[in-house]
Amino acid sequence: MIYFNNVSKVYNKDSVGMENVTLTVTAGEFVSIVGHSGAGKTTLIKMILAEDSPTEGTVFFESLNIHELNNNDLTKLRRRIGAVFQDFKLLSNKTAYENIAFAMEAVGKTNEEISSDVPHVLELVDLTSRAFHFPHQMSGGEKQRLAIARAIINQPELIVADEPTGNLDPISTYDVIQILKKINDLGTTVILTTHNRGVVESIGKRVVTMERGKVIRDDKNGKYVI
Amino acid sequence: MTVLNRIIKAGFLNFKRSGIVSFAAVLVTTITLSVITTLILLQAVLHFSLDQIKDKVDVTIYFNVGTPEDKILVLKNSLEKLPEVAKVSYTSAEEALKSFRERHANDYPTISALDEINQNPLGGYLNVKAKEISQYESIAKFMKSDNALVLGSASIIDKINYYQNKSVIERLNSIIIGAQRLGSLITLLLVFISIVITFNTIRLTIFISKEEIGVMRLVGASKMRVRGPFMVEGAVYGVIATLFTMVLFFPVTAWVGRNMTTFLGLNVYEYYISNLFRIFIVILLSGVLLGIISSFFAIRKYLNK
Repeated sequence: MIYFNNVSKVYNKDSVGMENVTLTVTAGEFVSIVGHSGAGKTTLIKMILAEDSPTEGTVFFESLNIHELNNNDLTKLRRRIGAVFQDFKLLSNKTAYENIAFAMEAVGKTNEEISSDVPHVLELVDLTSRAFHFPHQMSGGEKQRLAIARAIINQPELIVADEPTGNLDPISTYDVIQILKKINDLGTTVILTTHNRGVVESIGKRVVTMERGKVIRDDKNGKYVI
Repeated sequence: MTVLNRIIKAGFLNFKRSGIVSFAAVLVTTITLSVITTLILLQAVLHFSLDQIKDKVDVTIYFNVGTPEDKILVLKNSLEKLPEVAKVSYTSAEEALKSFRERHANDYPTISALDEINQNPLGGYLNVKAKEISQYESIAKFMKSDNALVLGSASIIDKINYYQNKSVIERLNSIIIGAQRLGSLITLLLVFISIVITFNTIRLTIFISKEEIGVMRLVGASKMRVRGPFMVEGAVYGVIATLFTMVLFFPVTAWVGRNMTTFLGLNVYEYYISNLFRIFIVILLSGVLLGIISSFFAIRKYLNK
């Protein structure tokens, strides 16, 4: 599904984001990308979302070369990917309900579909009682669950989660990981970046370890080795 | 249609929820529209003053004593047909004498001399007003042209005072043109400065939302879906600022009308009331377009991610 072909990202001679990364993620996988800060985890996620482009190499989403897409095709591609971030990236002047509805409006869903699906997904992430609260009225865990709800509402083929538990307490972390596992069990591919050993080991699936922009280890059995 | 409805709804909702930011943007837009309204009123005062000056300029064609009235009227008729001519008035020799006597009623030697010669020494004259000051020359030329001679009137003209006043009329004309150009230049400059200030304020309101714009793009929203609500918000700034400006100018023009009409020559309040609809449309269009266009351009750099 995702194929990094010898991808490098050089900001300047002293700052290398990624170096000759070749990586394949197949449909239905749950891949944890681990590594210290500055290892290149976020750069890798940004490449998938086309927020950043490589200085060398290519990144494919199925047969699409992500960084050669025009604006319209890029918009369409992003509708096939759900994104979750450490800092939540919610729309601050919209309520929880509206944040999710916006993602549905963006893909052209009808008002009927929105009013039927949004309550359902809010229930799934246990935020029914917070539907008409704004993000600033919610806890970190609630915000992250809301971000996940927004990411999954359009049933994307891929979820990318960049340090989604970075700002959360252990209970919220557990909740978020359980939701991501459940999503993966339903067939959605998940790429998660983290440096939380407990999270990786609780998932127990493929772990890719990065260091200074390079992939140094690719373990099928969920081992966290740094 | 659904997309448009959603964009409009989101624009109004953003405006409502942005609170102090929306208030600041409306305030700055109100100042811009107030500058534009002030310039409209100042232009009206300038044109009124210039029109008054123009109205004082005319050309008089004096006829020889004893010229038959029908010949003068034929010439009057042909002058009235000229496109440059606004008005022609005829004063007969008798009326000219009567007027002369009235003006010199206290000038005993002059009145005695008139009584002594016992006949009218004055001829009739035509007073010609052109539509524009610059057109007097062509009217004067017409008087010397074949068209006028065909009517047999060349010999009956004693003098045309345009040639005596030519330099004064030309100077006045250049002053009026200069004043109009300077007025337009100052207007354009102030409007430009106001537009830049409003544009930057709207840019600032969008800068505050730049991360959210990025998020909207990341969840797959099209450029129009992201940009649309900001443009609607810009239009709302314009509409509300227009209403504020129109209301603000009622007491302002009333005060100016009460206290400065003698100085300005024009009652600004009466002008404002009688042109209310026209000014409203100009201000509304300026405000709404300013809001929409500023938003359109201000958001552009954040959409290309």
